[in-house]
Amino acid sequence: MGGPEVERLIALLAKLPGLGPRSARRAALRLLQHPESKLAPLAAAMAEAARAVRVCSQCGNLDSADPCSVCGDTHRDRTMICVVEGVGDLWALERSGVHRGLYHVLGGTLSALAGTGPDDLNLAPLLARVRDGEVTEVILALGATVDGATTAHWLTDRLRPLGVAISRVGHGMPIGGALEVLDDGTLAAALRARRPFQ
Amino acid sequence: MDWDAPAIVLDARPFGEADAVATVMTQAHGTHRGLARGGLSRGKAAVWQPGNIVQARWVGRLSDQLGAISAELVHPAAALAMDDPLALAMLRAACAVAEGALPEREPHLRLFGGLLHLLAHLAQGHSLLADQIRWEAAVLADLGYGLDFSACAVTGSNARLAFVSPRTGRAVSDEAAGEWRARLLPLPVLLLHDETGSPADWRDGLRLTGHFLARDAFGHHHRPLPPARLALYDRVAALAESETA
Repeated sequence: MGGPEVERLIALLAKLPGLGPRSARRAALRLLQHPESKLAPLAAAMAEAARAVRVCSQCGNLDSADPCSVCGDTHRDRTMICVVEGVGDLWALERSGVHRGLYHVLGGTLSALAGTGPDDLNLAPLLARVRDGEVTEVILALGATVDGATTAHWLTDRLRPLGVAISRVGHGMPIGGALEVLDDGTLAAALRARRPFQ
Repeated sequence: MDWDAPAIVLDARPFGEADAVATVMTQAHGTHRGLARGGLSRGKAAVWQPGNIVQARWVGRLSDQLGAISAELVHPAAALAMDDPLALAMLRAACAVAEGALPEREPHLRLFGGLLHLLAHLAQGHSLLADQIRWEAAVLADLGYGLDFSACAVTGSNARLAFVSPRTGRAVSDEAAGEWRARLLPLPVLLLHDETGSPADWRDGLRLTGHFLARDAFGHHHRPLPPARLALYDRVAALAESETA
């Protein structure tokens, strides 16, 4: 169609989340039609990211600095660690701005289907951070799935002997949600997690 | 080709970005797979959690095709078990055993009914473990690896049956066990009578059925016992240990 270079660009773009062969062709075409303003800056940004971005040795976040900007922020509450499944979850919580403590990226959940066992999770650095003594609470912000809940119970079994408070994010009504459109599982979780209303 | 039936979700493997290949168990069709379009999407992921009881509909052009499956939630067993580590471990273990041990598209009425009972009553917690162990023994029996607790393999008597031979699956009485006692598997009373049993009985029962599931049901397919089943044994063994301490 446009030579092997173009085919390779389309093939690589098609492997990205949210893109298929058709949308990859559109994206490639747009990039190639604007080489100066779109293709070259994107290529430079990707090369720079590939060179500079690394995994934070403390929390598992992706950042150009190690420790990452979150772990290195001295204004954060260092007594709280929020455990999340992936970097995407960390970014979502950061976007919301509701958590001012530290994070720990577990790198997945225990899943037989995905072949993720205890050895595949980023657990040892979390236990080391908790053992250091500054941390008083660990918040488990894992998915409300069977695998997420299993991982939360498994983590709790390992964290409890360290004497740290363990909490879990709430499950239930979404903001703006109406009762009639919620599934039965969410409704049951919401009712069980009810609390006194002042 | 199509069917519409109550079903139990056994697992849902990711397929592409938002779809899933779901495995369900039904009364008339046994374990059955199908492509659940959007099964991993925000709106449908809650339905395809293992252990959920759903009303499923499968459609395929030919009967031997993977086909497409859709479902409506009937009983959110997964969501109800999430807060209780033992209930969650029981749910995962039961689904993993059913998914891994039972041949596809072969109806097992008794096993479907037993699994449905387990998932619908998970809130009972500990007391349901005896039912789960008996259900696993029924899985072995339905697959042709039934355990024989009718009489002692050595004496022929049915008095004081206390062990099971790990080789034959036949019961052995306390007096006949003799010097082989250490090599035999303890036979919990809950597999002889309709009793709830104690944590030690549950541990022994899971060890017993786990041995034969690993050797026969999964071993013949060159697969290990599912990690979820091992995790249930570990949790119950810890419970039994804490009871005796």
